[in-house]
Amino acid sequence: MLFSVGGVVSAMLLPIHLLLFGLAFPLGWLDPPSYERLLAIVSHPATRAYLFVLCSLSLFHWGHRFRFTLYDGLQIKHLNELINIFCYGGAVLGTALAAYLLWTIP
Amino acid sequence: MANRITLEVTRYHPAHDEKPQLESYEVPLRKEWVVLDALNYIKDHLDGSLSFRWSCRMGVCGSCGMTVNGVPKLTCATFLSDYAPGPVCVEPMKNFPVLRDLVVDTSDFLMKLGKSKPWIIRKVEKPLDEEYFQTPEQLDAYKQFSMCINCLLCYAACPVYGLDPLFSGPAAIALAQRYNLDSRDQGASDRLDILSQHDGIWGCTFVGECTQVCPKKVDPAGAIQQYKLTATMEWVKSLVLPRGAE
Amino acid sequence: MISPTEYLPKSYHARVSTYWWLKRWAYLKFILREASAVFVAWAVIVTLLQIHALTRGPADYAQFQNLLRSPVVLALNVVSLFFIIFHAVTWFNLAPKAMAVRLRGKRLPSVAVAGPNYLAWLVISAAVAWILLRG
Repeated sequence: MLFSVGGVVSAMLLPIHLLLFGLAFPLGWLDPPSYERLLAIVSHPATRAYLFVLCSLSLFHWGHRFRFTLYDGLQIKHLNELINIFCYGGAVLGTALAAYLLWTIP
Repeated sequence: MANRITLEVTRYHPAHDEKPQLESYEVPLRKEWVVLDALNYIKDHLDGSLSFRWSCRMGVCGSCGMTVNGVPKLTCATFLSDYAPGPVCVEPMKNFPVLRDLVVDTSDFLMKLGKSKPWIIRKVEKPLDEEYFQTPEQLDAYKQFSMCINCLLCYAACPVYGLDPLFSGPAAIALAQRYNLDSRDQGASDRLDILSQHDGIWGCTFVGECTQVCPKKVDPAGAIQQYKLTATMEWVKSLVLPRGAE
Repeated sequence: MISPTEYLPKSYHARVSTYWWLKRWAYLKFILREASAVFVAWAVIVTLLQIHALTRGPADYAQFQNLLRSPVVLALNVVSLFFIIFHAVTWFNLAPKAMAVRLRGKRLPSVAVAGPNYLAWLVISAAVAWILLRG
């Protein structure tokens, strides 16, 4: 269930995020928002919630999908405890990290 | 077009072969011949010991599934001339144990099909003189999934079935859906209990090859994803209304 | 499984190769599609790093911007963007298969389900861009 919602969320939102922050702004195609403006946007509670949901669900989507890719692609299902810890644990860790970072924005 | 073509056919006899080997046979290349015709030519004129399954030779019985040049196909529906000048490699269907030459052991599928309970389940039977009416719309809801001829090409194409011995497989799940969606059936929850166990339907990662190779356009991949959606909705409902809507 | 008998001593079980996914283009496309999830995770990491830099102050944020301009990171982000778009496109195209939407008894064609997804994608992306680019 987390997998499918995560899939929709990551499909809808990550492309534009990466396009802008990963390419358009660094390469100067578009003017990035100033530091002050970006901080103002991000510190808004709605943005914090939005970013938390985006990061957390995308990570769970990755975890679930990568787990099956490892099982089927590399046939290492016998390592499934390790894989589960890495995938779902990783997603939980990332979620916790996101929560911490978003909470401590000034 | 040349008038001969070479077939490379898997030969394997469990009593004296370690593993399957390919053997070459030259057969006539007739415009209207299918691979099955070529195999029968080999059996009739070149090597009578070649073993393979076939029956209707017109794509409705599901017996003649084999791997042709790496792709699962019904040999009665695969034209030889499409592979000219050849050679054409004919092997048994993948993902099944090979019993002999081109014949595979499909008992695992039959066991999994049984788990799908592919029959109308009624909680309450109607009296014998009352019919079950069904409108064209109700028929349309499951008709596509009823076209399955159990040829098992979908199992041969599915990488998950090859990797995971517990996975139910495309046809078994599509047939479960065929009955779930039948307006006369009342057994959806019975089937769900069995299939929603970990590898029943959840082993499927939507590769989609099963739908690509299906000769009857059943779209098992679609059936499985729809079933996953149904199973998820049922799970959500069971959380929200634990004793409700049964 | 059929048990061995006097006349059928054993059957042959082929091992599935570790490289089964290279044997057919369809399988490779599938694995690439699934691998796009790794780049989804990378995009989240970049986002989290960015939030962290933002929190630490203008100097740290400027440093992070420079990092994003470095050739290695830029190249990685180009590849990531390709895979993330690949994820989005394959996701929207597969969505109709999972949802059999029926109208008046007839099943709607795939594009009727995929279309709204693409439209939503466009609208949402435009909204995000507008929020970031105005003022």
